[in-house]
Amino acid sequence: MLSDMNPENIIGDYKEAVLHLYGDGSRKVFYTDIETPYPDGKLIVSTTDKAGVITHVNQSFIEMSGYTEEELIGTLHSILRHPDMPAVAFKDLWDTVNRGEKWQGFVKNLRKDGGYYWVKATVIPNIRNGQVVGYTSVRRKPSRTKVNECIQLYPTLF
Amino acid sequence: MSHTFTVSPDFSPDHLSGWYIFNTWLQRQSGEAIHLEMYDDFHAQRDAIQSNQIDLIYANPFDAAMLVREKGFLPLVKAADMSDEAIIAVSVDNAVNDISHLSAGINVATTEDPDVHMIGMIMLEAGNLDASNIQTHFHNSYVLIAKSLIQGKADVGIFLAEAYDGLSNLTKKQLKILVRSQIGVIHHSLMIGPTLAHRQTEFQQLLLAMNNDEKGKGVLNSLGFDAWVKVEGEEMEFMIDLMDTLSI
Repeated sequence: MLSDMNPENIIGDYKEAVLHLYGDGSRKVFYTDIETPYPDGKLIVSTTDKAGVITHVNQSFIEMSGYTEEELIGTLHSILRHPDMPAVAFKDLWDTVNRGEKWQGFVKNLRKDGGYYWVKATVIPNIRNGQVVGYTSVRRKPSRTKVNECIQLYPTLF
Repeated sequence: MSHTFTVSPDFSPDHLSGWYIFNTWLQRQSGEAIHLEMYDDFHAQRDAIQSNQIDLIYANPFDAAMLVREKGFLPLVKAADMSDEAIIAVSVDNAVNDISHLSAGINVATTEDPDVHMIGMIMLEAGNLDASNIQTHFHNSYVLIAKSLIQGKADVGIFLAEAYDGLSNLTKKQLKILVRSQIGVIHHSLMIGPTLAHRQTEFQQLLLAMNNDEKGKGVLNSLGFDAWVKVEGEEMEFMIDLMDTLSI
């Protein structure tokens, strides 16, 4: 289960929300209006086990999330869950990868400091010897047009 | 029985003789008869792989999934401190300084190098560009892409970063980089096929020790490499998964 965010880590004026994470209890989060732009030319990469527990992150993941590698490994991937993201998007993600298929979508992620960043995420199941052993998620820079469409669409999905 | 070794057709022309020297070195060290077969393009090479004519390959990461999952190849090594990165560049006279300022309908000069083209297209995606709203022109070399930009025949060029860096200073002065990828985990790999799989560990040991003697170092230098680094099975699986996420 994820612990609540610490207000001492938040930079700037913030709002508060309680997220209900599917199967993982609830988490109090603090979030601001400060966006961190996606860095050009980079990919954010992580892997999780079947339960969504992070097993690997790359340097871009660490830099963009604001957490240290030690804080991330062994933690649920939903540590990045932003209150502006509708639960239905993640249900679609899990339903899709559980069928053994790839999922792709635009996601607003929450940083440790309460800020956010948009990504275009692709998640695929890692199949070894015919068995799903975990998931790889790769995020790339999204087009601003697509992000703006999501900013309009996502509030209608709650 | 003679085995066939091939190299991803995107090798630098400067290293062509280096691959022949490497093949001779490998034959002497391993005691196996190995014939080096160079293909003009990826299509011809893939046809040879599909018809089980290849036993050893320095493979483009784009082909790794097919080699491992369909053809039973195993990873051996990769070049130390090298990864496949792409550059998006325009003519220095182009007013555009950011991918997001590029417009639909532009002419994009690229090569058939599959991983570089894919990384380049992903970077263009951030500017709302994809195969459906650009004009793609394939060239046989990165020098021709540079020429195409300088002559105003193309608006944007997709380069292998290493090839761009190797262009003459005069050429580079006439170009401007919009974005350079910093992915770090996509790389070519030397891989061994089922007919030689029983010698995987021996081949790895030979290759990993290659930079320990002057002769081996000289062969590596002729390929533009400093040393080989072992590629574990799971590292290869990780790269295949990564390439899989990037292919959509």
